[in-house]
Amino acid sequence: MRPRRPAWCSAAILVSTLALGGCGGEDFSEAEKATIASLSLASLPPLPPDPSNKYADDPAAAALGATLFFDQRLSPDGVVACGTCHLIDRQFQDDLPLGRGVGVGNRRTMPLAGVAWGPWFFWDGRRDSLWAQALTPLEDRREHAGTRAFYAHFIADNFAERYERIFGKLPDLSAVPSSAGPFGTEAEQSAWTAMPADQQDEVNRVFANLGKAIAAFERSIAPEETRFDRFAKALAAKENPEDPQGDAAFAPEEIAGLKLFIGKAACATCHTGPRLTDDSFHNTGVPPVEGLPEDLGRETAVAQVSADPFNCFGRYSDAPPESCGELRFMVKDNARMTRAFKPPSLRGAATRPPYMHSGQFKSLEEVVDHYDRAPAAPSGETELHPLSLSERERQQLIAFLKTLAE
Amino acid sequence: MIYRTVERAEEDVLRSIGLYALALVVLLGLAFGAYLLVPPVAQKPELDTSRERTTADGLYVAAIAPEAAEIKQRELQSWTITVKTAAGQPVSDATIKVDGGMPDHNHGLPTAPEVTENLGEGRYRIEGIKFSMSGWWELRFDITSPAGTDTVTFNLVL
Repeated sequence: MRPRRPAWCSAAILVSTLALGGCGGEDFSEAEKATIASLSLASLPPLPPDPSNKYADDPAAAALGATLFFDQRLSPDGVVACGTCHLIDRQFQDDLPLGRGVGVGNRRTMPLAGVAWGPWFFWDGRRDSLWAQALTPLEDRREHAGTRAFYAHFIADNFAERYERIFGKLPDLSAVPSSAGPFGTEAEQSAWTAMPADQQDEVNRVFANLGKAIAAFERSIAPEETRFDRFAKALAAKENPEDPQGDAAFAPEEIAGLKLFIGKAACATCHTGPRLTDDSFHNTGVPPVEGLPEDLGRETAVAQVSADPFNCFGRYSDAPPESCGELRFMVKDNARMTRAFKPPSLRGAATRPPYMHSGQFKSLEEVVDHYDRAPAAPSGETELHPLSLSERERQQLIAFLKTLAE
Repeated sequence: MIYRTVERAEEDVLRSIGLYALALVVLLGLAFGAYLLVPPVAQKPELDTSRERTTADGLYVAAIAPEAAEIKQRELQSWTITVKTAAGQPVSDATIKVDGGMPDHNHGLPTAPEVTENLGEGRYRIEGIKFSMSGWWELRFDITSPAGTDTVTFNLVL
């Protein structure tokens, strides 16, 4: 009998070693580790330059932009600032399904963290620079409801000295109507059309510079480190996956959710890179909102950004045409652009319902349910496929998403 | 006798440890079998990722190369394509269209790249290529010259 003892013992030791080694729970494959690292803040490149805005990194422009961002006088009725919908203590968004300025818009206010890293702006990318984006709500009659002539006068009346120190001499605005612009009321549009071209150009330039100052400020709004980033950092730094400590340690359901996010649920197909967006446009079959006009997303936006006088090719852009690669090589005529929208960053998403471009979903449960079912698109074709997630897997995904907001 | 009893008891204990160990081995074996039965999502047949390929109908041999040493994701980049006849002569008067996408994810290229410069000697510069994520990408080229039109698809795994 004695000779069998060592055999049993070594078998038992071998088995327990295997059990410990193989069931650690956090054993990510090398490919998974690489994907996790690519999603973490450590992979965020330096803030890219904006060649279309030569004031983008001018501190004086950023300071003026910060003042303007929170100034309610940026609407003729004196109640709507950029910060009215982009609330500074709410991730620069408003928690509402549809933005509310002077009136109610038909899109959800987007948060601003990391906005300056992206090439396209708004849910549909209808603007190609942060400064051109900033100008658009100012003239939208449901948002600030101003006109570019109104804003030129506003700058001259209130910020002439600060403006001239950054952008040079203001034009003589004495002959410019108090309110005139191509998107205003009928009277404001007529007043705009009646202005000589050089006067329109002078007003456009002041207006563009106002956008460039606001953009210079917005470039400072960077994504913040989350629990996920601390987990990813610990995972990358150590061979032993048991190592994440404190809040960088993930609970089993968070690890399972992360594996689903980059695996079976394929969220990381579009929510990729350290900002968790691919900066591209996708139809995910999000339902329409009753009462709103049909929204074709990127399909409409392609024509809008091409026609925008403030785009990268335009005369108010500081970029040489060869620096306008995104606009130059954008996908134009393609059925895939129908009802396609930009994946928003998922950083902080768990604490800012409602979701989707018009706030269609009230909770992460509804979001995950949508991606699981993958319903047909109202128009165009959805890129989604049904996922067959179990109830447990849905909860695991949500548990992981919360780590991006803690 | 006392010694023998102790040894017998020791043997019983060891035998039951052995049974537990055996059961654990069987369970682990079953778990491993189940693991093998469920194919990992990422497993794919080997892709031909060569950067030089003969076009579908054999008219041309095309080779592609990135201009930058590192293929960065989510950044616009330029590549060159070199086109030769099957006999190895440079094709310097080709019209080339670029397309592609990610077959696994049902989406095309995030941009619309174009040939922007004929560099001579059968070499062409393509601008506006962007890869929005890691994974399997296809780059397709429709090549037209007096010799005819032919197509070639390259696989890239990022």
